[in-house]
Amino acid sequence: MASDRQKHIRNFCIIAHIDHGKSTLADRLIEKTGVISEREMQEQVLDNMDLERERGITIKLQSVRLSYKAKDGQEYMFNLIDTPGHVDFTYEVSRSLAACEGAIVVVDATQGIEAQTLANVYLALDNNLELYPVINKIDLPSADPEFVKKEIEDVIGLDSANAALISAKDGINIEEVLEGVVQYIPCPKGDEEKPLKALIFDSLYDSYKGVIAYIRVIDGILKPGMRMRMMQNGKEYDVVEVGTFRPNMFPGNILMAGEVGYVTASIKNVKDIHVGDTITDAENPCTEALPGYRKVTSMVYCGIYPADGADYDNLRDALEKLQLNDAALLFEPETSVALGFGFRSGFLGLLHMEIIQERLEREFDLNLVTTAPSVIYHVIKTNGEKLEVSNPTNMPAPQEIDFMEEPIVKATIMTPTEYVGAIMDLCQNRRGIFKDMQYMEEKRAILNYELPLNEIIYDFFDALKSRTKGYASFDYELMGYEKSELVKLDIMLNGETVDALSFIVHKDKAYARGRAIAEKLKDVIPRQMFEIPIQAAVGQKIIARETVRALRKDVLAKCYGGDITRKKKLLEKQKEGKKRMRQVGSVELPQEAFMSVLKLND
Amino acid sequence: MKEIGLYLHIPFCRHKCLYCDFNSYEGREQEAARYIAAMLKELELYRNKHNLKYRTVYIGGGTPTVIHYALIRVVMERLQPDLLPGAEVSMECNPGTVTEESLNAYRRMGINRLSIGLQAWQQQLLRDIGRIHDAGTFVKSFGMARKAGFDNINVDLMFALPGQTQGMWEETLRAVAELGPEHLSCYSLKLEEGTRLHAMHQQGSLTLPDEEEDRRMYHSTAEILAGYGYHQYEISNYAREGRACLHNLVYWHNEEYLGLGAGSHSKLDGRRFWNYREPERYAGCVEAGSYPVEDGESISRAEDMWETAFLALRLNEGLSEADFEERYQASVDCIYGAKINKLKVCGLLEKKNGFVRLTAKGRDLSNLVFVELM
Repeated sequence: MASDRQKHIRNFCIIAHIDHGKSTLADRLIEKTGVISEREMQEQVLDNMDLERERGITIKLQSVRLSYKAKDGQEYMFNLIDTPGHVDFTYEVSRSLAACEGAIVVVDATQGIEAQTLANVYLALDNNLELYPVINKIDLPSADPEFVKKEIEDVIGLDSANAALISAKDGINIEEVLEGVVQYIPCPKGDEEKPLKALIFDSLYDSYKGVIAYIRVIDGILKPGMRMRMMQNGKEYDVVEVGTFRPNMFPGNILMAGEVGYVTASIKNVKDIHVGDTITDAENPCTEALPGYRKVTSMVYCGIYPADGADYDNLRDALEKLQLNDAALLFEPETSVALGFGFRSGFLGLLHMEIIQERLEREFDLNLVTTAPSVIYHVIKTNGEKLEVSNPTNMPAPQEIDFMEEPIVKATIMTPTEYVGAIMDLCQNRRGIFKDMQYMEEKRAILNYELPLNEIIYDFFDALKSRTKGYASFDYELMGYEKSELVKLDIMLNGETVDALSFIVHKDKAYARGRAIAEKLKDVIPRQMFEIPIQAAVGQKIIARETVRALRKDVLAKCYGGDITRKKKLLEKQKEGKKRMRQVGSVELPQEAFMSVLKLND
Repeated sequence: MKEIGLYLHIPFCRHKCLYCDFNSYEGREQEAARYIAAMLKELELYRNKHNLKYRTVYIGGGTPTVIHYALIRVVMERLQPDLLPGAEVSMECNPGTVTEESLNAYRRMGINRLSIGLQAWQQQLLRDIGRIHDAGTFVKSFGMARKAGFDNINVDLMFALPGQTQGMWEETLRAVAELGPEHLSCYSLKLEEGTRLHAMHQQGSLTLPDEEEDRRMYHSTAEILAGYGYHQYEISNYAREGRACLHNLVYWHNEEYLGLGAGSHSKLDGRRFWNYREPERYAGCVEAGSYPVEDGESISRAEDMWETAFLALRLNEGLSEADFEERYQASVDCIYGAKINKLKVCGLLEKKNGFVRLTAKGRDLSNLVFVELM
């Protein structure tokens, strides 16, 4: 039933573990199909956020349309939709997958399958995608493609007989991948005669064009002048422009069933566009919307405050702008005695949180103070009331609490077998419950653990990497909530509780954590005019105490004619440092103090 | 015509002290003649453009006395027409770098104030900071200076030195005060980056007095010297009545000065600017007929106010509200009122008889005050 036109379309994405060469392969595909000349080609075209390039990761999904003349003499239209690899961005991955018929699975010939690859492969299978395996980095001396082929068959259960063996870096066998896409990835099978049905898989706000919706047309056609309707809220708009990504937006006349592109309709309010929504023709609507996406669940929360209270409105504007393109970012106003007005913000995970913070500071030039991340706890009060608490300040008094629950995740860790002991030790320290372990070949194992989410949002990933020399990979999904003995740990400076430093911790860990934080704060709080006692307390009970000694001397002994300019610079620097401080009661706190609660070594 | 201060820099030293981060060079005295010629030429450059008269002159270094006194004399002769009557003319020297002959020459050429770098009384301490003299040499040089007619002498001392105890510091103060110089400068040792002492500290091979001991030495200084008739008039400076250093007061009153020589700084016509530090580069530039200025910056009204405030606060006298108002047509209260009140509450500042000044605690934590006022 696929039209002849659609037989020449391939919509696909690439899934891979970080560093396995997804972006490099995407670049080669773009290069080979000649969308842009080699000279114009900036490395890794699809990662166009500065941050993505620096960190070598893809955060926002990007899309590009390629044309490829295959060996059968036919011209094919490829829509390559990039996917983020990191576990935090599972939601974004599922969005790109829904716009595709197939996926290239890239596996590093020297590393084999990693946890992320597996997680994304499962997602792709859930979305009924055809998978086409590609083994990358065969140029490296340590490459073992035969081993990896076997692993693909054993672990994923995918026939690897036709896997392409390539080196994206050196451009080896890229043709074969392009041919493989034609051969193994199915063409779309929509009906252009039917009423319009298009999936919005991403959106972007442009100050000239308004909201730009990234869409995959399933059935029908979409062209300028048409009146389109959003199925979720019934809002209608006149289509102003449609086009494709090459990789920049390239206006066209029409988008037809099976195609990927964008549409603009002078939509001013981003909230009127819902990623996952279905667009249809207002004159001739389809009867049923596409299934859409599951709602994003924010797993990690933290308070974000402007370092300078005057920046509150700027921070809100910045968060709103980021939210336009990042449906997973949640925020609502909150106030803190220590930090003033700010926002409680929800994220997919710790990396997502760090990226948002960096983007706020970098792209919006904001100076931020963030509090330690928290998860959502369930508090069941003695009066039967059930609360969700993501801000420790909102935790009721202990006598009002009947019991509490905390989120538990199912964690999958892949590792060379020699590190199994170290990982078990780590998971045990983090209150993990061992479920099972499978051996792949002889060299690698998959460990399954149940872990409390609040044990992994701080530094679990770093600890895992350092204990396994970077060889282990890790993925997790939320399992549900379990009853847990949790307490609120307060930090007092100079006798006053600093609300922004409080956090919720398991009872058994409160003592060690409290002591570690007090010690850490002692190091990060600069000495001030008076002595500052630091106390960690659970309820009324002080569990740790440290002291920051009073500053006795801060003076420039010499200041003559030649010194003035230099001394002025020194004092200006000191002033800058002071500006980055928060006055909390009588104490000046550096911003890193608020994050110090999570950067503890164990 | 402008009446200002003049600083002349002589960047040569026999031996660089371990704590020194000044613009000075050891073993390059042979460049002195060319250097002095360049300085004379630089003086001419300013003479052609400005009409400057000097209330004070300060010849600093380096060690000005390591080059032949005749070279200093040439400069003094050339300066003569620009000196105002009664001008204070100071020169730095180190013990053992002067002779009866040179001291007589300095006195005759118009230098009327000497600043001798003793630093410490104890041989071991001196050796550990790389000084090449001892207390005996100092006493001898001091006596010769008196004999040559220098009736206005400063002695430079340092405390919080590696290995120094409270007792050693008190011994130093008393020994020097007994000799009766008109003025003492007492500096807390500051380890400056790039100095040998700083490197030694990084390697952990120094035992330095801690902050408490440093402050004990500092607080005892004013107390002991008061017993000998010296009063503290600046964070690190003490003098007999009427013997405060007029040249340095130019800086602390935020007045104008010209600096000649390598790396010298000037404040003139609303700008601060500074010369190339490297003596050869400096000389080459002047020889080519251009100003040897490396860079500079204009000072805004707000910056100038702050500089006036923070420099005056270094003085025990403090910031005169009347002078400030006359200078800026705005009252101290109007500009700094709220901040001053906050600092008063913290016990760092006090306001008395038309002056704002640091308290004793404020002198220990003066940077906090200056930063707050910024």
